[in-house]
Amino acid sequence: MNRTASKNNKISIRNLTIRYGNFTALSEVSLDIPANEVFGIIGPANSGKTSFLNALNRMDMMRTTMQVEGSVLFNGVDVRSWSNVYALRSKIGVVFPLPVGLPLSIYDNVALSPRLRGIANKSQIDEIVERSLRRAALWDEVKDRLTSLGSLLSGGQQQRLTIARALSQDPEVLMLDEFSIAVDPVTTMRIEDVLKELKQQMTVILVTNLVQQANRLADRTAFFLDGRCVEVGETRALFAGKVTDQRTHDYIEGRFG
Amino acid sequence: MNSVSGTHSVRFQAEPINLKNAQVQKLVKIVLGLMAVTLVIPVALIILTLLQKGSPAISWQFLTTFPSNGMTAGGIFPALLGTVWLVAISLLASVPLGVAAAIYLSEYAPQDHWLTRVINLATINLAGVPSIVHALFGLGAFVAFFRLGTSILAASLTLAVMTLPVVIVASWESLQSVPQAFREACWNMGATRWQTIWHVVLPNALTGILTGIILQVSRAAGETAPIMFTGAAFFLPFLPSGIMDQTMALALHLFTISTQVPGVPEEIPFGVALVLFGIVLVVNAFSIWLRMYLRSKKKW
Amino acid sequence: MNTRSDLSPTGNAAGDIRNQDWYVDKFFQSAMFVCGISAIVFVIGIFIFVFKEGAGFIIQQMDWAEFFLSPKWRPTSATQATYGTLAMVAGTAAVTVISMAIALPFSFGAAIYIAEFAQGRTREWLKVIIEMLAAIPSVVWGFIGLMIMNPLIIESFDVPIGLNVLNAGIILGLMAAPIITSIAEDAFKAVPDTYREAAEALGATKWQVVYKVILPAAKNGLLSAALLGVGRAFGETMAVLMASGHALTIPGSVFDSIRALTATIAAELGETPVGSDHYQALFAIGIFLFTITFIINMTADFIVRGIKNQ
Repeated sequence: MNRTASKNNKISIRNLTIRYGNFTALSEVSLDIPANEVFGIIGPANSGKTSFLNALNRMDMMRTTMQVEGSVLFNGVDVRSWSNVYALRSKIGVVFPLPVGLPLSIYDNVALSPRLRGIANKSQIDEIVERSLRRAALWDEVKDRLTSLGSLLSGGQQQRLTIARALSQDPEVLMLDEFSIAVDPVTTMRIEDVLKELKQQMTVILVTNLVQQANRLADRTAFFLDGRCVEVGETRALFAGKVTDQRTHDYIEGRFG
Repeated sequence: MNSVSGTHSVRFQAEPINLKNAQVQKLVKIVLGLMAVTLVIPVALIILTLLQKGSPAISWQFLTTFPSNGMTAGGIFPALLGTVWLVAISLLASVPLGVAAAIYLSEYAPQDHWLTRVINLATINLAGVPSIVHALFGLGAFVAFFRLGTSILAASLTLAVMTLPVVIVASWESLQSVPQAFREACWNMGATRWQTIWHVVLPNALTGILTGIILQVSRAAGETAPIMFTGAAFFLPFLPSGIMDQTMALALHLFTISTQVPGVPEEIPFGVALVLFGIVLVVNAFSIWLRMYLRSKKKW
Repeated sequence: MNTRSDLSPTGNAAGDIRNQDWYVDKFFQSAMFVCGISAIVFVIGIFIFVFKEGAGFIIQQMDWAEFFLSPKWRPTSATQATYGTLAMVAGTAAVTVISMAIALPFSFGAAIYIAEFAQGRTREWLKVIIEMLAAIPSVVWGFIGLMIMNPLIIESFDVPIGLNVLNAGIILGLMAAPIITSIAEDAFKAVPDTYREAAEALGATKWQVVYKVILPAAKNGLLSAALLGVGRAFGETMAVLMASGHALTIPGSVFDSIRALTATIAAELGETPVGSDHYQALFAIGIFLFTITFIINMTADFIVRGIKNQ
């Protein structure tokens, strides 16, 4: 199940344990995520999925109570040995369950990241904004009102805006945390199509509450339950019933969760 | 002490509609309403009295000339100007420091850490120190120890220390009202803490901070005790030429002519009180209006 | 932070450079920290500087028994200067008690009304006007005591002088009312709505809810509001100087003039030679004031924390 850590793996995780005070959110998780893969994570609420994502881009630094043990290798280097954690984070894009439109215009939302990186050239930023919005399948809907507030968009559009914002970082890894919670089914489908495309250029980690979404998108899928990684395997195999743990099967079949 | 869990022991009689209860309820509401109104009445009376007795003194000349005849006649120009000086310089000192302190408390300080707790306690205590003790501090520290002498600078710094906690609290509240999700979004895209504060948190908290500061202006303008021994003078026949000079101030002028100088015609102190209160009231009203206006225009 | 590193090569990752942004961030983190602790620096600074000026007197000259137990404050006496603060303490206490007797019922009543009964515009307006009450400068309050309350009291009660405990008490009560009201209102708002709903579901009228549920639950908050009100009245200077008559007596009735601790400093500091015994004795009063308000504020905070920890 656990392949050895090799240079081909974008992310390698060993014995990852996350605690909040006395509460253990995640324990002893080890898994590998190769480049250009869509890696699905399924599991019921409070199974440690979001904590897992937070550990990957070192958000534990910003949370005084969150303690991380074990190791997370990004491109073969432990994320904790990065001397500039912000540079690390800029390589990992994140999309939240509920879209967080910053109180800025659509354009500025997407332009913020390149600007923070120090790009001042207007035409260069224009180009990044357009490319990111196109990749997030939002460009055609907003190209005529780039200066209006991002928060005035519909829920589905806002979620694609946050994806565009994440893409404006030119990330090597894109992490999505239950992105479809506040999104209508049609938009969900459009975003799923976007993710299939993005796979060519980056690694996608897809935490989802929809089992079938993992089935549609993920190359491999991990099943988290109560802070443990119960099973990792080829998505097709898992959904075909080739599981080593009965609980995985039960969850996929919708018997709990 | 165990008040929160005390609800279990409360029993209500399950009477259907009780006429007596309804009457009591009505009576209580009226009494409480009257109590609230009792606090409103003095404000109205004070404004009316000051207007009635002070407005005869107010004129363009009153605002733009020096006091004359041993302060029993003439205008208030040097006091008015002095108050502007004092308030402006105290704000220059307290606002950057207070906003930065609030940024530390809101954006950096780990919660439940002993140092954070000590800072909060210190802020509360600084706000509770009697104004005359601030005056003693200003005298001991700025006038004597730092050798600023009795000067506009020393008085302004004393005022700044006094108003600092209010700037901190107002700015902190304003920073806290910016949704945490905005910060998370920025951090996750690789923004540093400072970039997040500068580009997202501060712009969205700025308006709230501004209303807090405006409120501060009015408070600093009305303070008397802290400036009495640190830089404000009863009477000066000339305007200050710089921040190392002493100055007259409106609040101290009101105290002087109503208690220290005999034979001042009544309308002059009333006029000074009206001007002082008027400034405070206008600034306050503006701050309240601004707060309501901005609340209606909030972007999230 | 725990770094287990059997699998953790520490080689440099691509793009891991401490750039300008990183240093800017570090710089501001330190700068904000320095500003953040300024409040602590100033509280300690106030104590040190006030103590420094008064220390010589306290250590060498001061007779502790006289300072706290004698009503005789005669710092300028040529033959025998005495430094007793008892009369001022009594004066300050009398004024504070009267002011709280006035402020507490009205403030709590107003707070209950605003938090539980008033709605919409009435509520907004009440809050705005009470906020304005808080904005009136203390010297204007003193002026009102001097010019408006003084003749009013002389006339209504047929007493020779209207600058007395009653006058200063009313003024200080009105000054403390807004702060008490707003803290008390916060305390009421902090009571969860589920309490109200549960009680109302049992058929309680609004007043019963307030009386039996809200008041007990907000008890600590109200206590802390009262304490902060006391601190405010106790430390007020200009208003009490102008409205209390500034006479050095232990008051026997509310119509007696008194002299407050704060007012004594304000009235005498300007006329004392720097460094003289008198000058230092005034700073000793300052230390006394600082200590009392410090205790009041800490207690109020402690009580409020007590609620949160429950």
